Amino acid sequence: MTIFWIATIGTSVIAFLLKYSGHSVPERWLSHPKIQNINALIPIALLSALVAVQSFSEKSQLMFDQRLVGLLAAIIALIFKAPFPIVVLSAAVSSAAVYNWL
Amino acid sequence: MSVSITVGAYGVAFGAAAVANGFSVIQACLLSLLTFSGASQFAVIGVVGAGGSAISAIATASLLGVRNALYGVIMAPRLQVKGLKRVVAAQVTIDESTGVALGQEPRGIDAMRKGFWYTGIGVFVFWNLFTVAGALGAQAMGDVRAFGLDSAVPAAFLGLVWPRLTGNFERALAVGCAIFAIAMTPILPAGLPIIATAFIAIALGLKR
Repeated sequence: MTIFWIATIGTSVIAFLLKYSGHSVPERWLSHPKIQNINALIPIALLSALVAVQSFSEKSQLMFDQRLVGLLAAIIALIFKAPFPIVVLSAAVSSAAVYNWL
Repeated sequence: MSVSITVGAYGVAFGAAAVANGFSVIQACLLSLLTFSGASQFAVIGVVGAGGSAISAIATASLLGVRNALYGVIMAPRLQVKGLKRVVAAQVTIDESTGVALGQEPRGIDAMRKGFWYTGIGVFVFWNLFTVAGALGAQAMGDVRAFGLDSAVPAAFLGLVWPRLTGNFERALAVGCAIFAIAMTPILPAGLPIIATAFIAIALGLKR
């Protein structure tokens, strides 16, 4: 089995178990304020790390290329409160322009 | 309706990004059908695409999926469903369905249930249709960098995290974790710099 299949199936099974467990365990188990706190912070940490790693690395090497321009375009779009499709499109178009013409 | 368009756009971005990161069209579609949680799905393809192991990909995606369990805790007493219906309810327990349901709370329990089911099932259908479109589109492209797809993935993550940066504490955490992950990338095996930031979040969450 390839890494892609293991990742696909493993993620899917755990994702469902997590969702189902929420519907099945007593409420007090997961409603502790510390758990609520951690739950609000984990996505911020992981998603920010993913933005950085996906923008500036290739395998385990740091790399600054057209993706830097794409990221800046996305940030500008978000500052101007653009909806999600525009954010992704501005990143893709500006990055493709740099890749193709510079 | 605006929810549907946004979800569609995310779905296309996910399908395309999955293929750009080496996943097949079938695997992209299975992730959308079975995992059905945008941030987790982007995480698993992101970590594998960055050269991380299957374990670190699954761990990162699962940490992001924990919030769905907490949504389930909120929704279960309000939905009061059992058996197969509970299985379906669990599968469509995501940011959007829980958010809409809680928004309907002042209008009573029936409006809440309706909001949950319509949003959950509607998003499920849109998300999966658009994943197929995105995956097939990317497959037809060849060099994804020429179309800017390599930048679409981090932009998608940024779009997911941006609305959560509601205060200075959150913004500092985001910038700190981004710098930490970059600094650790040449040192730690791929995938670990990302997971390690979850421990920063846990430590801060316990202290706060």
